[in-house]
Amino acid sequence: MVAASELRSALTVLVIAAILFIVAPAVIETYTLTVLIIYGMLALSLGLIWGFGGILCFGQAAFFGLGAYTYAISAINIGESTVPFVLGIAVPAAFAFILGAMLFYGRLSDVYLGVITLVVTLIFFKFMNSTAGPEYVIGNARLGGFNGIPGFQTLNVPGDPGSYIYDVDYYWFCVVAILIVYALVRWLLASPFGRIAVAIRENETRVELMGYDVRIRKTVLFSIGGGIAGLSGTLFANWAEIVTPGMFSLAQSAEIIIWCIVGGLGTLVGPVIGAMALAYLKFLLGQQSLVDNMMLLGLILTLSVLFLPRGIVPSLGTLLARAMPKRRRKRQHHRRPRRDAEESRGEVLDG
Amino acid sequence: MASILETRGLTMQFGGVTAVDNVDFKLQRNELRCLIGPNGAGKSTFFKCLTGQLKPTGGHVFIENEETTGWDPHAVSRLGIGIKTQVPSVMDGLPVRENIWLAAYRTHGRERARHATDSAIERLALRDIANTAVGRLSHGERQRVELGIVISMEPWLILLDEPAAGMTGEEVARMAEIIGELNADAAIVVVEHDMQFIRSIAKKVTVFNQGRILVEEDVDTVMNDPRVRDVYLGKKV
Repeated sequence: MVAASELRSALTVLVIAAILFIVAPAVIETYTLTVLIIYGMLALSLGLIWGFGGILCFGQAAFFGLGAYTYAISAINIGESTVPFVLGIAVPAAFAFILGAMLFYGRLSDVYLGVITLVVTLIFFKFMNSTAGPEYVIGNARLGGFNGIPGFQTLNVPGDPGSYIYDVDYYWFCVVAILIVYALVRWLLASPFGRIAVAIRENETRVELMGYDVRIRKTVLFSIGGGIAGLSGTLFANWAEIVTPGMFSLAQSAEIIIWCIVGGLGTLVGPVIGAMALAYLKFLLGQQSLVDNMMLLGLILTLSVLFLPRGIVPSLGTLLARAMPKRRRKRQHHRRPRRDAEESRGEVLDG
Repeated sequence: MASILETRGLTMQFGGVTAVDNVDFKLQRNELRCLIGPNGAGKSTFFKCLTGQLKPTGGHVFIENEETTGWDPHAVSRLGIGIKTQVPSVMDGLPVRENIWLAAYRTHGRERARHATDSAIERLALRDIANTAVGRLSHGERQRVELGIVISMEPWLILLDEPAAGMTGEEVARMAEIIGELNADAAIVVVEHDMQFIRSIAKKVTVFNQGRILVEEDVDTVMNDPRVRDVYLGKKV
């Protein structure tokens, strides 16, 4: 019963999202839409490990930037894009695994975890900024310091380096990518691994006393989050056709957290919507010079924390449930006792 | 008869304070043992050394002839030991059924987890609230949920830290009944304050005082021991 309703809600989200992605190019340029999707995926990666795993990582940008740099460097060295693409996911995932293992096996508390992930991001940022000299090369790729790395092979049809996937085709590529990632993450969360991950978020001690090794489970989840962030970094590199140290910046890290908070933690759709909406707003605001961009972003965060503390998506869910309470109550009446009818309100849009 | 749980010279120091001092303890198969003692006697610290939540600073813990000193809690639990902590340790954001399923899944695997979950829910009369988030339940109900988590793992050794704390009289009686039932298949160690409750379940009682075992006798002898009364009233022995 649980599995069937899970499947139905996941499919509903996928179908609605697909329709929206088909319609959206009529309103917004595909070039802009593409980067919105990429940011959405980046937010999804943090939404997974923070919202479901309870791991607040202040340095999700580290994996984002690492994915992009891995892709760029290996694309220059290899030429054809298939292997670099895979590396752009695998390297950040492996790095997250090692970092996570140190954090979780070291039993660091949440605060230290936040600080360390933040510092790791800053180290990447500082280091990449200082690699302008010609001695900083990996194979044929110069790291380029604050100028970043331009001019690498962008995504091509596997096996055919001459036929690039770009422009509208690249938009569709990203659409399919985020839908697949979303479906996989939903599947992961419905699996025992995901259910145990949520239980760890709720009460780590209890899960340990049940006999589960919490450390390895958190490490694996953290690594999956790192891999997804790496994928979005790889996609970003292909979209921008240049990678710069700015991807590792503090502002980038903070933005991901803001996307998640505004969109709604504890859901997957929330962070994606938060990221796309805020990034688009930032894009629109970037075309004027009257108000400072960061100030408005801060204002939005403050207002949303004050008035929608659970985020946009969960609040919308509550509203929707209130708008049609009769149907829900009726359906529940013979299935469950009254007591938890209120409970399931507000969870309509969850996921 | 061989003991299934044994400590030799178990010691736990926090800085200069010795909370558990050189304790030798033995538990037989299918035994029901109560640990009592005044506040700060070291019962809960002793308990946490058994479960792996604390690493003892000295001495040894053996479970079924295997030395488990310093093991992590999950490894101790995997030996088939059900543990209930002092403050109900449950997943507040998740429904009762999910709480119990997670425990059952670890022990029984996917196929049998559902059945084990259902029978634990039945046994503890949790059916009406099976789909309610645990955070919305009363204290007594949460205690029952945690017990459900423990019994769904079908342990052969159960460690309960203050199972009757904060419960109503009726609930305490029900808890005593459940513990009696569980004792048919498992050895049980109960850490408890409530003398009334102890009297209703106990056979053999170990009294802790200042980190050491003061007396270890059957329940009636312990209750009539003037030393036990004295430590409970705060007098020096």
